[in-house]
Amino acid sequence: MSGFVSRGFQRRRRPPEELAERLPPGQYFERGFPVLTAGPTPQVEPDAWGFRVDGMVGQERELTWEEFQALPFETVPCDIHCVTKWSKLGTSFGGVSVDTLLDGVEPQGSFAMAFSYGGYTTNLPLDDLTGGKAWVVTEHEGEPLPREHGGPARLLVPHLYFWKSAKWVAGLRIMDHDEPGFWEQNGYHSRGDPWREQRYWTD
Amino acid sequence: MDRLTPVEQRAPGRWQIGTIARIEQETPRVKSFRIGLPMWMPHLPGQHYDVRLTAPDGYRAQRSYSVASSPLDAGEIELTIDRLDDGEVSPYFHDVAVEGDQVEVRGPFSSYFVWRGEAPVLLVGGGSGVVPLMAILRHRRRTMPELGMRLVYSVRTPEEVIYADELRDDALLTFTRESPDGWAGHTGRIDASLIGETGIQSGTAFVCGSNGFVETASRLLLESGFEPQQIRTERFGPTG
Repeated sequence: MSGFVSRGFQRRRRPPEELAERLPPGQYFERGFPVLTAGPTPQVEPDAWGFRVDGMVGQERELTWEEFQALPFETVPCDIHCVTKWSKLGTSFGGVSVDTLLDGVEPQGSFAMAFSYGGYTTNLPLDDLTGGKAWVVTEHEGEPLPREHGGPARLLVPHLYFWKSAKWVAGLRIMDHDEPGFWEQNGYHSRGDPWREQRYWTD
Repeated sequence: MDRLTPVEQRAPGRWQIGTIARIEQETPRVKSFRIGLPMWMPHLPGQHYDVRLTAPDGYRAQRSYSVASSPLDAGEIELTIDRLDDGEVSPYFHDVAVEGDQVEVRGPFSSYFVWRGEAPVLLVGGGSGVVPLMAILRHRRRTMPELGMRLVYSVRTPEEVIYADELRDDALLTFTRESPDGWAGHTGRIDASLIGETGIQSGTAFVCGSNGFVETASRLLLESGFEPQQIRTERFGPTG
């Protein structure tokens, strides 16, 4: 299919020069923060929010909002890439590293299923969640995370397409095998690396 | 159910070069493109295709567009595209593309916002959010016309009604900004009475439009008795 040119097509959108190389293939630069959610927005109040790590673990862990707030808080500058083709470059979130959340849990498996209030799920290899690559965040650019963007808390895995960053996250289930989550059952790639353009099952 | 087109769930995912067979001006800023495909396969109503444009210097832009046609239209798909002035792909389709032009596409994709013959069904669309809903409505009319399905369609002005000549008594319109002369139907934003008038209080709902529209509509559906798991939504990002 190489060599095909769309008659009369010229580029019209360009990211700022200094950000150009941070745009993965097939993505375009977006200044806003679009909202894409499957189904109605769950109404989760911080008082009712909790985070648990269960499944194949030596020690389950359950945290209330208050206990979560007491954990070491990090600011995470990052770029985010949505499989629907927009990328938001140079944004930031604030929250707790998944490494910290797994402290003392002793995972016995190499895979995880993130699960959310409202029933959403997404699967990730544990390797993509550990080593300073993933967080549970409660702030976006210094403000409390808006409900439509997953508030009070969402997963943040910026090196994968953004559907992996589960909104209204309720916990992680550690598993000894990989299983497709919500979008992964519905045609989207199991891993979702934007730099390899892993959008759909066959990519 | 056996009258539904059997569909292979696995997306083919390969790029192919389609040919624009027909262009129809739906409204001042919306056009429908019938595209013939050499490797066509039946889609589920509600699925989308990715479109890729390539410039002479190799630069590529991709966007996703919902299919508007029924999978009974073998060999072709219809993409209905809203012109976004600051966009990159939609202005190309509106201002440059003509019948006979070639365009790279791949699909169909995503099996969440799709209709597989469930009933009853309530379709709720805002503006060009009606596009994937039209694929569902068209397919039901041709396969199971007796099946309970209503479309609630919110649109700003009469001239912005997409598929105007196809809207029949299975469609309820509301005009939010300006209504036609002598209009006796609904005006203003969708509300509980409009949802109630459809006579469909449970079953499966498909909601498509801007984020604000989808939030409002899905809240109304929850209040009128739909289960959260039965409300499927598709929200527009700025897909220029």
